[in-house]
Amino acid sequence: MSENIVDKVTQGDYKYGFVTDIETEIIPKGLNEDIVRLISQKKGEPEWLLEYRLKAYRHWCTLEMPKWAHLDIPEIDYQDIYYFAAPKSKPSPKSLDEVDPELLKTFDKLGIPLEEQKQLSGMAVDAVMDSVSVKTTYKENLAELGIIFCSFSEAVKDYPDLVKKYLGSAVSYADNFFAALNSAVFSDGSFVYIPKGVRCPMELSTYFRINAKNTGQFERTLIVADDDSYVSYLEGCTAPVRDESQLHAAIVELIAHDRAEIKYSTVQNWYPGDKDGKGGIYNFVTKRAICKGDSSKVSWTQVETGSAITWKYPSCVLQGDNSVGEFYSVAVTNNYQQADTGTKMIHLGKNTRSHIVSKGISAGHSQNSYRGLVKVSKNADGARNFSQCDSLLLGDKCGAHTFPYMDIKNDTAVVEHEATTSKINEDQIFYCNQRGISNEDAVGLIVNGYAKEVLNKLPMEFAVEAQKLLSVSLEGSVG
Amino acid sequence: MLEIKNLHANINGKEILKGINLTVRPGEVHAIMGPNGSGKSTLSSVLAGNPTFTVTEGEVNFYGKNLLELSPEDRSREGLFLSFQYPVEIPGVSMVNFMRTAVNEHRKYKGLDPMSASDFLKLMREKKELVELDNKLANRSVNEGFSGGEKKRNEIFQMAMLEPRLSILDETDSGLDIDALRIVASGVNKLKSKDNASIVITHYQRLLDYIVPDFVHVLYKGKIVKSAGRELALELEEKGYDWIKKELGE
Repeated sequence: MSENIVDKVTQGDYKYGFVTDIETEIIPKGLNEDIVRLISQKKGEPEWLLEYRLKAYRHWCTLEMPKWAHLDIPEIDYQDIYYFAAPKSKPSPKSLDEVDPELLKTFDKLGIPLEEQKQLSGMAVDAVMDSVSVKTTYKENLAELGIIFCSFSEAVKDYPDLVKKYLGSAVSYADNFFAALNSAVFSDGSFVYIPKGVRCPMELSTYFRINAKNTGQFERTLIVADDDSYVSYLEGCTAPVRDESQLHAAIVELIAHDRAEIKYSTVQNWYPGDKDGKGGIYNFVTKRAICKGDSSKVSWTQVETGSAITWKYPSCVLQGDNSVGEFYSVAVTNNYQQADTGTKMIHLGKNTRSHIVSKGISAGHSQNSYRGLVKVSKNADGARNFSQCDSLLLGDKCGAHTFPYMDIKNDTAVVEHEATTSKINEDQIFYCNQRGISNEDAVGLIVNGYAKEVLNKLPMEFAVEAQKLLSVSLEGSVG
Repeated sequence: MLEIKNLHANINGKEILKGINLTVRPGEVHAIMGPNGSGKSTLSSVLAGNPTFTVTEGEVNFYGKNLLELSPEDRSREGLFLSFQYPVEIPGVSMVNFMRTAVNEHRKYKGLDPMSASDFLKLMREKKELVELDNKLANRSVNEGFSGGEKKRNEIFQMAMLEPRLSILDETDSGLDIDALRIVASGVNKLKSKDNASIVITHYQRLLDYIVPDFVHVLYKGKIVKSAGRELALELEEKGYDWIKKELGE
C-alpha cells in the first residue's frame, strides 16, 4: 500500500478559492517612484510617511532578491504587478450599512461575519481585502479601555505620533529585500496599541484576503503592548484560485514593553497552487518582535498550510532582562509547495529565555525546511534556549530539511537542540484501518496528534479550524 | 459466518499460506495452534486485509460477502476484529479520540448518527471495567508507553467497544503474566455470545485453560494438518509438535 497510500494525499479542494465580483480600483502596473507617490497620495498620507516610503524604495532598488533559502523561486517580474487594488466602495465606512454587501458576503463565506452580533463572542476583527481594510469590529468597545485597534491607514491619520514612533522599529526598511519592498508600497493592515496595565478582553484578529488579479498584497501590522499589558492577536489569510502566482510580502512588528505579553497566532492558508504546482501565493514575510521591556514575553504560533512558496521567520529580539520568546510552528507542504520557515531568537538581555517547537509535515513533491538562528550575545548572562524540530514525511518524493544556526558568545548560556524525522508508518495506518478508520482519517488523526503540542497553543476557536485545515491540506496524500 | 476455502497467500513472492480451509459458525471458538513460522499470524493478517500480504488463490466468505474484496476498514465495519500480537503505538493520538473515531465510523457504516460525547464516555467507562483498565488510559496516546499487559488489555477493550461478530486474537497471551492473562481471558469470555465467534491463535495450551475452544486446529507449513476438539490442545502440550510431523511422514 505504501506507494499508493502515501502518494494520493493532496487532491483536496481549496475551498476558499472563489473570486468576489466587485469593482476594483487599481493603479497602473509596475513599480517606480511615481507609483510610490501615487499610493501615498491615494491614502492621503502625511509627508513623513511618503519620505519613509521613498527611502525604502530607493534602498530596495539597490538590493537583490535573497537566494540563500532552500527554495526554488521562479523569476518574479516586479514591474508586472499591481501594487494597489481597492474594492470600490465608500472609504472607511462608519457603519456596516455603508459596506458593500458583496464584501460582507465574501467575508461571510469565509466564515468571518462582520456583523458584531453574529461573531464569536470575544473576538474583534479587522477585515482586509487586497489593499484596504474593509471594516474593524468592536472598535468602540475596545476604545473604552484605551485600546486602539484599527486599520493601519486610520492609525496614520488618527495616531500619527504612535505610528511614527514605532514604525520600522522592529523591522527597518533596510532589513531585507522584501522588507524594503513592503516599506515602499505597503497598503493596509492592522494597528494595535494596548495601554499600560490593560489586559485586552477579547482576541483581536485580522483577516487578510487577496481578491484582485495580478496584484500583490503588502500589508503591515504593528502591535505595541505598553507596560504590564496583554493581548492575543490572530491573523488568517486566504486567496482565490488563480493560475498565475501572486506575491504577498508583509511586515509584522511587535513591541512589548516592561512585563507586557503578546501572543500572536497565524493560520496561513493562502492558495497553495494546484496539484501540479501551478499558481499559488508567494509568501515572503518579515515578522519580528522586540521584547523591549524587562520580563516581557512574545509567543509566535503559526499554522502554515497554504502558499506555493513560504519564506518567513517570525523572530524575537530579547532585549529586556528576563524576557521570553516563544515560537510554535506547524508547517504543512503538499504537492509542489515549498516552505523555508523558522525563527530567530536573539538573546541580548540577561536571563532571557526562548523556546522553539517546529513541526514540519511534508507530502507529495514538496520541500519543507526549518531554518532557525539562536544567538546569544556577550552580555546575555544566563540565557537559555530549547529548540525542538520535528519532521514528518508522507511518501518518498518530498523533502524535509533542518538548518539550525547557533551563535553563542556567552559561556553561561544553555542552548539545547533536538530534532527528529519520522514517517507515518504503514503499521499505524493499518492499525487504524483495522478499527474501521479509513486511510485519510487515519492520516488526519496522526498528523493532528503530531502537531498537537503546537495546535494547543492556539486560541480555542482557531485550534478547531486549524485541525480541520491540517486534514484537508493533506487530503489525497494517502491512498 | 466465515468460510475459508483453499486460501493461498504470499509475502514478497514467498508463499506462506498454502491452501487453508476453515469454517467458523456463530457461537464457536476456534483455536489455531502450530509451531513458529507455520503461518498463524499471516492467516490473521490476511483475514484483516493487511496489504503487506498478497492473496494468490482461494475464497473467503464472511456473512455472504467476499471478504477479500473489502478494504481493511470495511472488514472492520462488517464486524471483523483483530487483536494484534504487537499493538501499534500512535503518538499524539489519544485513546478517547481514536476510539471515538472508530466507533463513529462503524455507526456511519450502519447508517447511524455519531454518538454524543457523553454517551460515548459512558460506554467507554463501562467497557474499561471489563478489562480493568485504569481511567487515565483515555487521555494517553494509543498504546504509547503502555506495558505489554496494558497493550493486550487495551486490545480487548477495543474489541468490547466495537462488538465484533468475529474476533481474531493473535497471540494475545504472549508477553502476559498470569494475572494479566486471567483478566484478558475473562474479558474475552464476557464478550462471548451465541451470535459471535472467535479465532484464538496461540502457541500454548495455557490460554485455552481460560478461553475454552470448541475446535483446535494445527497449522503447519501453511496448511491445517489436524483438527479436533479441545483435547488436541492438551495432547500438543504434552507431546509437542513432533508427533504431528511424524504423522505427516516427515
